[in-house]
Amino acid sequence: MNSKADSNSTKPRAPAWLAIRADPPAKRSLVLKIFSFLIPLAIWCMISYVPFIWHPLVRITDQGGSDFLQPDMLIDRAEFDKENDRLREEKLTIAAGSPANPIFLPAPHEVGRALYTAFKTPPQRKGDPWFHESLWHSMQIIFWGFSLSCIIGVPLGIISGTFPTLARLTEPFVDFVRYMPAPVFGALCIAVLGLADAPKIAIIFIGTFFHMVLIIANTTRLLDPALLEAAQTLGADRKRLISRVIVPGILPNLYNDLRILLGSAWTLLIIAELIGATSGISYFINQQGKYRNYENVFAGIIIIGLIGLITDQFLARMRPVLFPWLRKGAGSSGGFFYWISGGRYTRRPLPLFDQRSSSELDGAAAHDVGVVPGGDQ
Amino acid sequence: MNPSDIATTTPLLPMSDALAARFKRIDERPVVLDVLHLGKRFTRGKKHIDALLDISFQVHRREFLCVVGQSGCGKSTLARILAGLDHPTAGQVLVDDMPVTGPGPERGMVFQGYTLFPWLTVHRNVMFGPLSRGIGPNEASARACEWIDMVGLSAFTDAYPDQLSGGMKQRVAIARALANQPRVLLMDEPFGALDAQTRSKMQAHLLQIWQNVDVTIIFITHDLEEAIYLADRVIVLGANPSRIVETIDVPLARQRSRDDLASPQFIATKAHLESLIHPPQQATTIEQLPMPRMTMVGDDVW
Repeated sequence: MNSKADSNSTKPRAPAWLAIRADPPAKRSLVLKIFSFLIPLAIWCMISYVPFIWHPLVRITDQGGSDFLQPDMLIDRAEFDKENDRLREEKLTIAAGSPANPIFLPAPHEVGRALYTAFKTPPQRKGDPWFHESLWHSMQIIFWGFSLSCIIGVPLGIISGTFPTLARLTEPFVDFVRYMPAPVFGALCIAVLGLADAPKIAIIFIGTFFHMVLIIANTTRLLDPALLEAAQTLGADRKRLISRVIVPGILPNLYNDLRILLGSAWTLLIIAELIGATSGISYFINQQGKYRNYENVFAGIIIIGLIGLITDQFLARMRPVLFPWLRKGAGSSGGFFYWISGGRYTRRPLPLFDQRSSSELDGAAAHDVGVVPGGDQ
Repeated sequence: MNPSDIATTTPLLPMSDALAARFKRIDERPVVLDVLHLGKRFTRGKKHIDALLDISFQVHRREFLCVVGQSGCGKSTLARILAGLDHPTAGQVLVDDMPVTGPGPERGMVFQGYTLFPWLTVHRNVMFGPLSRGIGPNEASARACEWIDMVGLSAFTDAYPDQLSGGMKQRVAIARALANQPRVLLMDEPFGALDAQTRSKMQAHLLQIWQNVDVTIIFITHDLEEAIYLADRVIVLGANPSRIVETIDVPLARQRSRDDLASPQFIATKAHLESLIHPPQQATTIEQLPMPRMTMVGDDVW
């Protein structure tokens, strides 16, 4: 209502570039977001294409009189100069070469080409999976591990957060297991589940499940108790309090929690895939590393990043669709990419495991003129 | 209250015969809420703090009762006990002669903070109570619509709470509580967070609703004007220990309007309440702060 009146007056001035906690206008915002990718890319290009920046090695173009140097050989600049000094002394033709970067830093165009060809190149060894097969395999592992974790972890978390009695019963043990790094269960998983995909799924499950229970229990506890009291004075029984107040009340924050945990599932995937029979995208990356095809290694890493970015963006965009009562952007934090969706920061990004006070939630609500938790009330 | 105290309080003006007759009629109605020797004691280590001490009063059907008192005198604790959200450590509460053991739909409550369910539309919020009591969705929906009309928000039926102003939210909260057709409506400083203008509109609104609905209202507030304007009776709670200092029959006829705020009865009642809550000798001494002079000599505000 007020904004209408404002727009009739003079055009609002854009805030200063470094104004504290003032959102830049949409256009500037978009430009900045694009630059957040362009700047690292530009640095990479500079290191790769400007010969006098870094380039600690020399790529031999002409071996001259040396029988040690070979064309296309990469050699340390000091070694190269020493060899040329020797050739000069012995009155032989000196070798020529151009400055080069180490093989583990491919130039952007090489990685670009690798990204394009990765899906088309047949595997180097017969029987090895194609790139897209590896990728698909990895995604299946994540899907099954994470789904299994959600199916058990979400209800258990909600129950622990709702009934303090049950929380006392579950949380100490969960807290205990949570501190064990998931990969240490690798050997055990193989012994129990064999060498195929089962132990990999188990690692993802172990790595996300225990965190999930604690995070969701905490999220459940953050629900404004006044809502529960209001529902009780309206005659809601215990069943209805859970199904009609607690669950819908925490859903938006729970969604964010799962988004974050999905990110950690990808981290676990790389470890899980190295257990037992190596497979999937990490197998691809490892193999390519062994063949010293570092542009393919980069391509693999970038693909994982892209999958993460796209998934998270998709989930972030789905949020207002799934939870129409949340005003645009309000409480859409939590994701590592909340800033891309233009979400205002209303909740802390990572639900840590310490007790979050309810006053914090009230504070967020007051900021947003009566927005509930979550977050992402 | 001992006689020497009474001498220091400002007297009330006598009320008219018609008003006295009205109070007699109220007293003849059945008792809806009976509060018997209610006490709430908090124990911290070896120290006992009595949040409420021996509170007894009766509320008759369709009476409008206000409870006033200084902040921290246990008003909210009383409201929560009446609602069944807190348990007393002594005494009991009867609603229609049935003891209160927990929250129930026969005692609706409007809270100071906004407690609408943010994930439900206005319509769904108001339907929550009837649905909880097992009323079918069709009837609950129709009933919700009636109540939304009653609080004048039919244009916002499908809005989410976040899209409403503070006053509108509290109107929905009232509709939501009333949709359960409670015997008693408990209101714990429901307009405390609203600005003065919205507040006075809401007060007028509440009186209209109360006039047309079969409901008994217990309204907790610290605003004396609000209490006198709204209530038939005002209960004054004292602090330390928190017991009932006095129960006052408000000597103002219904329908009341904002003009009544300037009437001698109103001013006398307010002065009386004021003197009960802040005894005169206490009210006149304003603490002198240890202020150093921090402006130029001669730069005086008066």
